[in-house]
Amino acid sequence: MVAGAFDRGIAGAQRDGVARRALSVATVVAIVAACAIPLWGSPYQVFQMTLVVIDAIALLGLNLLTGYGGQISLGHGAFFGVGAYTTAVLIHSWNVPYLLTLPCAGLVCLALGFVFGLPAVRLDGLHLALATFALGVVLPQVLKYKGIEAWTGGVQGISLEKPAVPFGLPLSPDQWLYCVALAVAAGLFALARNVMRGATGRVIVGVRDSPVAASSVGIDTALTKAATFGVSAMLTGIAGALSALVVQFVGPDSFTIFLSISLLVGIVVGGLASISGAVFGALFIQFVPNLADDVSKAAPSAVYGVVLIVSVYLMPYGVSGLLRKAKARAFAWIDARHSRSVTSQPTKPTKQGS
Amino acid sequence: MLSCQNVRVQFGGITALDGVTFDVAKGEIVGLIGPNGAGKTTMFNCISRLYPVHGGDILFEGRSLLAEPPHRIATLGISRTFQNVALFDTLTVADNVILGAHGHAHAHAKRRFFGEAFRLASALRAERALADEAAELMAELGLESVAQRTARDLPFGTRKRIELARALAARPRLLMLDEPVAGLNHAEIDELTGFIRGLKGRRGLTVLLVEHHMNMVMGVSDKVVVLDFGRRIADGPPAAVKNDPEVIRAYLGTAS
Ligand SMILES: Nc1ncnc2c1ncn2[C@@H]1O[C@H](COP(=O)(O)OP(=O)(O)OP(=O)(O)O)[C@@H](O)[C@H]1O
Ligand SMILES: [Mg+2]
Repeated sequence: MVAGAFDRGIAGAQRDGVARRALSVATVVAIVAACAIPLWGSPYQVFQMTLVVIDAIALLGLNLLTGYGGQISLGHGAFFGVGAYTTAVLIHSWNVPYLLTLPCAGLVCLALGFVFGLPAVRLDGLHLALATFALGVVLPQVLKYKGIEAWTGGVQGISLEKPAVPFGLPLSPDQWLYCVALAVAAGLFALARNVMRGATGRVIVGVRDSPVAASSVGIDTALTKAATFGVSAMLTGIAGALSALVVQFVGPDSFTIFLSISLLVGIVVGGLASISGAVFGALFIQFVPNLADDVSKAAPSAVYGVVLIVSVYLMPYGVSGLLRKAKARAFAWIDARHSRSVTSQPTKPTKQGS
Repeated sequence: MLSCQNVRVQFGGITALDGVTFDVAKGEIVGLIGPNGAGKTTMFNCISRLYPVHGGDILFEGRSLLAEPPHRIATLGISRTFQNVALFDTLTVADNVILGAHGHAHAHAKRRFFGEAFRLASALRAERALADEAAELMAELGLESVAQRTARDLPFGTRKRIELARALAARPRLLMLDEPVAGLNHAEIDELTGFIRGLKGRRGLTVLLVEHHMNMVMGVSDKVVVLDFGRRIADGPPAAVKNDPEVIRAYLGTAS
């Protein structure tokens, strides 16, 4: 199969290019269509799909850290919560325009993630997992703390109003928020994809693969890990900020350790170290619990657990890993057909890799 | 160029290096040999700042390395390979070699974060330049045909060449090789020995070489330093070291 990839002639390469381009155009069309569909759904469906988009951003953040960076965080729900509270407090106490609160939440979480990450990344895998777990457990308690009740609303939390639809657009507020979330997600996904394909992605993965080799080529591994932690927290925090706008409420118990665990489930099921994996993971954590509820009102967690175990067993590399494999199969099939058709003509064997 | 002075390292009760002193002059190939457990790799790890040094000093071009963090060593001009081959396993061969230049291209790498995020022409150009440089090195080491393969999937001999290409990508002035020919077959050993000898003339590199393959070390080195149980027991031209009674005693009973 691999040799086939090297032996492709010029015609094969062209044909291959066409096939690849066709596949990527089809993917883009499918994505755009999929994004537009919810606008015709019921208000509840629009709301649900907005949450999927938001979860996808949160998972993108966690996947950067855990999938690409190899550092497990059991407490990313905390950054989601801090992002949400930042937006809520800024709107509620200072009347900041809601769109402006998104970058603010991102910056707060960037700083928080970096500062937390600087010492934490020196811990090995298991201890880092514990330290982040502690972060996830502590946040709800901190949010209930009396001393900051004036801003956070204590156990009551903060209720927000739905932002108005601008420019007289013919959209409901829910549809408008869906579009906002989608635009933010599209931008962040594109940036993440570009960065991870270039020098920065190489450095992050290099540190994960071999810290010793990374430091021998001049990479500051501690700084890289802390920066990854910060950017990861920023993305998850922006997702939290969007969720505050959509849910119109933040409370200490919205961001429990269970949220952190679901995020981890999401990246594993969606596919570690994969940009598209975040989308599949978000669909999973949004819909599978509801589905489980429909299947068995008595024991939804049991159903959820079974579905989770089966998915991990059937797709060890997540949904995106499965798709990658399917794509490789499809190309191998095209190659095989192609080489059958050329063996009938006299051709010079091409040199490997030329 | 490199001067190790009375270097001492302890692991719990074991003294891995017990006041080791030797110099490496610019443009030389220096062999560092000794029986298993003599402290050769430990010496490399001290120079790379991966191990703490408990006594003595290590100077590179007159500057003490002990004040530098590990990731500064490459930028100062020292590259290395590892005895057990430490590659970036999930990256392609090309990406492994490109990362080798990180210490060199460091300033650009930071600026490129935003450039690449928004796909600016300058960032893409920088990436292209790095890729071209890596391609040249890969061609030199016969790695072109595997450039886009994942490092993990390749055989041992190829992995060793990838590691060497990555070390050279940093354009070092001092190259440290930890057992570069261990585990290779005869043809591969001859080829690599020729390559290492060629480095000296062509790139004006200085090489510090740890190796158990005696014919190879004695053949390429200008000078050989011998360690035994963390002590330097000999230091001189290969012909003299080969006949040194203490060296012969240290190696007695071990394959040489
Ligand atoms: N990280 C470490 N922790 C504890 N002891 C160590 C460590 N690294 C090396 N040592 C000890 O230091 C001594 C020297 O080891 P070193 O790896 O430097 O030997 P070497 O000369 O490279 O041997 P070889 O030829 O087998 O590679 C050995 O006794 C070894 O057990
Ligand atoms: Mg060794």
